[in-house]
Amino acid sequence: MSGSNRFSRRDFIKVTTGAIGGIIAAGVGIPSIGYLLAPALRQDQAGKSVVVANLSDIPIGIPYPFSFTITRINGWERTANVFGGFILRKSEDPQDLLVLSSRCTHLSCRVNWDEQAGGFLCPCHDAMFDKEGKVVHGPPPEPLGHFEYEIDDAGNITIIPIERKGE
Amino acid sequence: MQNFWKNALQWLDERLGLNELYQNLLDRPEPLGNWWNTLGSASLFLFLLQVATGIFLTVYYNPSPDHAYDSIQYIMNEVAFGWLIRGIHHWGASLMVLVVIIHMLRTFVTASYKYPRELTWLVGVGLLLLTLGMGFTGYLLPWHQMAYWATTVGTQIAGSVPFIGEFILRALRGGPDLSALTLQRFFAAHIWILPALMFALIGLHLYLIIKHGESHFPDKED
Ligand code: HEM
Ligand code: FES
Repeated sequence: MSGSNRFSRRDFIKVTTGAIGGIIAAGVGIPSIGYLLAPALRQDQAGKSVVVANLSDIPIGIPYPFSFTITRINGWERTANVFGGFILRKSEDPQDLLVLSSRCTHLSCRVNWDEQAGGFLCPCHDAMFDKEGKVVHGPPPEPLGHFEYEIDDAGNITIIPIERKGE
Repeated sequence: MQNFWKNALQWLDERLGLNELYQNLLDRPEPLGNWWNTLGSASLFLFLLQVATGIFLTVYYNPSPDHAYDSIQYIMNEVAFGWLIRGIHHWGASLMVLVVIIHMLRTFVTASYKYPRELTWLVGVGLLLLTLGMGFTGYLLPWHQMAYWATTVGTQIAGSVPFIGEFILRALRGGPDLSALTLQRFFAAHIWILPALMFALIGLHLYLIIKHGESHFPDKED
């Protein structure tokens, strides 16, 4: 059919094969993206508040370590993660508290209280924070985070396990 | 702009020989045939679909007796489109066995296995056995009652071979019983060993088909 600009039989086959192939590829390909990303798009629930210490156990002026566990269901398994922090009583006043997170603000290693150094040391990249969580030296860009807390009449300290930015 | 793409394509073609590849692989002359001649390509398509969906399944599937079943429940109920990916893999497996067998029957009926295509046929037999092996090993992976007992029975049948049956049974199960070892080795066979062999044999099969071209249907002379 030379000279005719009608679609040839061969071209028709090529185009339909390409089109059907494209539809099948999209039909499998697009759902696959959702499939791969599903766990990343899940909404996490806010943690329930937890009791972490009692006021009467905490010395004044020395950071007091506490830890708590958060269990989440990931896929077919419960994953328990331990988080922790330090409570600093700045004075006799029961409300004069600082509840710090022990998560280093650099790359999330856990800091430890070091009595001799008089600060929190991070083992990963040699950072130091002071008693109140301010950066003394090292790479962390900001002070340690803290938790909001409540104290009941018996002196139990309850925190909401969501880290807030330090001031 | 059009010139740019033209030049880019030509640049690539001169180095990769794309046109030559295209002509030899996709635009090669074929004798007059019919829809039965498409079943080999259909087998190939189903194989690739199984490979793609299978890879996606391994993103969540866990081959341990403790978690295999739960991980599949998770795929079916919680992962977006998990039911679709698993559904395609599940039904595709049965369909592939069916299509491969019909493809074999077609090449038998049209006597395509004769000189010079004997090796194409033999490699095809290997591919059929591997396809069945994929079905056998894949069937155990959900680790539910049906899978467990089907594999108990299947390996027991293999165990009924005279003299070496006991050894075959132990080799398949990785010991005397169905266990974590059985699940793990079936998984390895299903995702690594058998597919690797299939890729090799499919490559050989396709090479032979392109080399010899497709057979003509037998006519009165034959
Ligand atoms: C995974 C399985 C298989 C794949 C992917 C596959 C793929 C193909 C493809 C793409 C062709 C081209 C022509 C056509 O479609 O008819 C073909 C031809 C052929 N296949 Fe297969 N095949 C498979 C299994 C088998 C089996 C089980 C046999 C026989 C035991 C077999 C024997 C042949 C023969 C003899 C030809 C040549 C046909 C001719 O030249 O007319 N194949 N195969
Ligand atoms: S993670 Fe703490 S200093 Fe790098």
